[in-house]
Amino acid sequence: MYRKVAALSLVAGLGLSLTACSTKSDDSGTTADGKVTITVDCQPNAAQKELLDNWNADVTEFQKQNPDITIKSISVGQQCNNPPDFTARLAGGTTADVFYGYMTDLQQVLDSGQALDVTPYANKDNVPTWDSIDPALTSVFTDAGKIYAVPVKNYSMGLVYNKTLFAKAGLDANNPPKTWAEVRDAAKKIAATGDGVSGYSEYSAGNTGGWHFTSLLYSQGGTILSEDGKKAAFNGPEGKQVLQNLKDMRYGDNSMGARQLLQWGDLLTNAAAGKVGMFVGAPDTTQAIVSQFQGKYEDWAMAPLPGQDGPAKGTLGGGEGYFFKKDLTPEQVKAGLKWIAYQKLTPGKGQFDYARAKPQNYPVGLPQPLLFANGSEAQKQELELRKANANIDTANFQLFEATPVPIKGEPRDAQAIYAVLDSAMSGVLTDPKANVDTLLKTAEDKVNQLLAAGS
Amino acid sequence: MVTIAPAAPVQAGAAAPGNTGRQSRIKRNLSGYAFLIGAIACFALFMWYPMIRGFVMSFQRTRRGETTWVGWDNYIRILDDPSFWIAWKNTFYFTGLALVVGFVVPFFVALLLNEFRHAKGYLRVLVYLPVMLPPASALYLFKYYAYDPSEAGLFNAVLKSLNLPTSEWMQSPAMTIPAMVLASTWMNMGGAVLIYLASLQNIPGELYEAAELDGAGLWKRIWHVTIPQTRLILALLAMMQIVATMQLFVEPLILANGAGTQDSATSVAYLIYQHGFFQNDLNGAAALGVIMLGVLAVFSGFYLRLTTRNES
Repeated sequence: MYRKVAALSLVAGLGLSLTACSTKSDDSGTTADGKVTITVDCQPNAAQKELLDNWNADVTEFQKQNPDITIKSISVGQQCNNPPDFTARLAGGTTADVFYGYMTDLQQVLDSGQALDVTPYANKDNVPTWDSIDPALTSVFTDAGKIYAVPVKNYSMGLVYNKTLFAKAGLDANNPPKTWAEVRDAAKKIAATGDGVSGYSEYSAGNTGGWHFTSLLYSQGGTILSEDGKKAAFNGPEGKQVLQNLKDMRYGDNSMGARQLLQWGDLLTNAAAGKVGMFVGAPDTTQAIVSQFQGKYEDWAMAPLPGQDGPAKGTLGGGEGYFFKKDLTPEQVKAGLKWIAYQKLTPGKGQFDYARAKPQNYPVGLPQPLLFANGSEAQKQELELRKANANIDTANFQLFEATPVPIKGEPRDAQAIYAVLDSAMSGVLTDPKANVDTLLKTAEDKVNQLLAAGS
Repeated sequence: MVTIAPAAPVQAGAAAPGNTGRQSRIKRNLSGYAFLIGAIACFALFMWYPMIRGFVMSFQRTRRGETTWVGWDNYIRILDDPSFWIAWKNTFYFTGLALVVGFVVPFFVALLLNEFRHAKGYLRVLVYLPVMLPPASALYLFKYYAYDPSEAGLFNAVLKSLNLPTSEWMQSPAMTIPAMVLASTWMNMGGAVLIYLASLQNIPGELYEAAELDGAGLWKRIWHVTIPQTRLILALLAMMQIVATMQLFVEPLILANGAGTQDSATSVAYLIYQHGFFQNDLNGAAALGVIMLGVLAVFSGFYLRLTTRNES
């Protein structure tokens, strides 16, 4: 008898739990008294204590100013810089109401059917600084005239270099390399200081090699795809020059270190340990070096991306934004936009609350996030606040900021193409006998195959 | 596999034909069925449903939130992927090499351990320890300490001290797969060694004594006594090993940061991951998953048939 009771209890319990799992919420996010609730992701996790405190303080203040809106913050660890996690949430339909994505994610979000057209709501009423946002950024999140996300960060790449290692190698940190030949020369001198230091370091794995190949190619004046986007266009003199430069540094000069197949965290770990003289990156890589990998701000400075014989002809840009989940009510969309406006797009508040960030271990004074158009009111306010509260030596970024390089976006099917180009990058960095022409021809054939297959 | 204990024999005179018999049988086994529900629900929810869903998805394409049936398009697209054949070549190479090294080494380690008279327990723990280490931690140990391509790397330091040429390990296309096999064998052989040991200890000692009286040396004893006596276990573990190694994923992901030098580490499972999570192509990933399932199913069926025939 006891066994039967136990079995029945088990069945009942299981049935209940399955029922609980399948219970579908019909919560529209709006209660009878007009209160709106939205979930927002990318809340900093507990390991980033100051950032988390800032976020929570922003939520409290925002809710005080908007008593009818409740913000439910979601933090899922690596979600904001881990594409597989993002893809899984998107495919599973478990994103937050207002969710973070890269500028290159628009197509994926549209294909998943999770995106909401926010064009009717994206205006000054909900986002007071809307007219100041650089139109080039909103266009990245626009498809067929419809806006699907609000930009919250924008960056372009330059040459990040270690001033301490420059000094040790007898180089002038105030006069960093302007051409790839000068980079090669400086790398050789830095590597000669010994102690396992790489003069110049570069990615070649996990799709980051292809990502950086793109930036290096832009600096030479090349493009990844033809104008109609149907053919690979990188197998030309510019692409060959990119690989040849790297091969010369790696095997001609032995100035790039023995350990290759690096991806994002590997290179920054080495950089933070003082083992990297120069690398290509955005201004906030210095923030990652300090906050995630225990480096020091005072070691780092930034210059524009070098060109082959003079200034770079272009550099790779990118950024982030917040999308809105389909099926949100108009009230929820407006609430989400107001929150984004408050935390991400208002000088003096949220990410622009430089007075709050100044004493914290996060940099104020980096030439980022470059959200507002040149000459706009919001840009003026942001620049003044940034200057007044800078906690890093802004002179370290002066050259980068004062010498803008034309910014180009990522190609379509970026990740698939980057995966192919990783192979060319790893080829020149790990094989002294690598043939640049063969590597590029192989990559070109593969990318053309991918494009033809419509992947 | 789920097995159900046979019902208690029906008592003489108590047999009831038709529905009544079935009802009483169900009633008697009610608690058995109840306990089965949990396992069946788990398998259905986390194994069978995703498999069926993946199969269905492999014939669909989702664009702009609309899912349409596209026939064999995803399969054709996957076959056109320039990395498709590279991934299969790498996977088969890894599987073959893992079979030679990862299958033979544990067997001989077990034979060796079986010969020890003392400290057997300690040695078993020692061999089994790497299995207890999370695979990611073990692989990072290999990546950063053993396979460091500079002379500071553990293996290179040993090679250098022996005046042997050093290696670039994961940075050398020729060494990528052997290096992954070496790390994988070290990580996983503990389990196989214990199973072989258990099997070895079941071999009657008289067989060895008889073989010795007939003048059989060590190799002859292994060949004529040990291997035939452990044939079933060897066959089963070989199949499990092949199925597991064909799904090579964590080794390339951690040791080679993905594809490795010039695609030398790209495996089929890693290609599935690339399509599904980086290339906005879950349908292509599903198609590749179905192809892999098909290959493994055909192999397993063929292998089981072969071993069963040999048995009979």
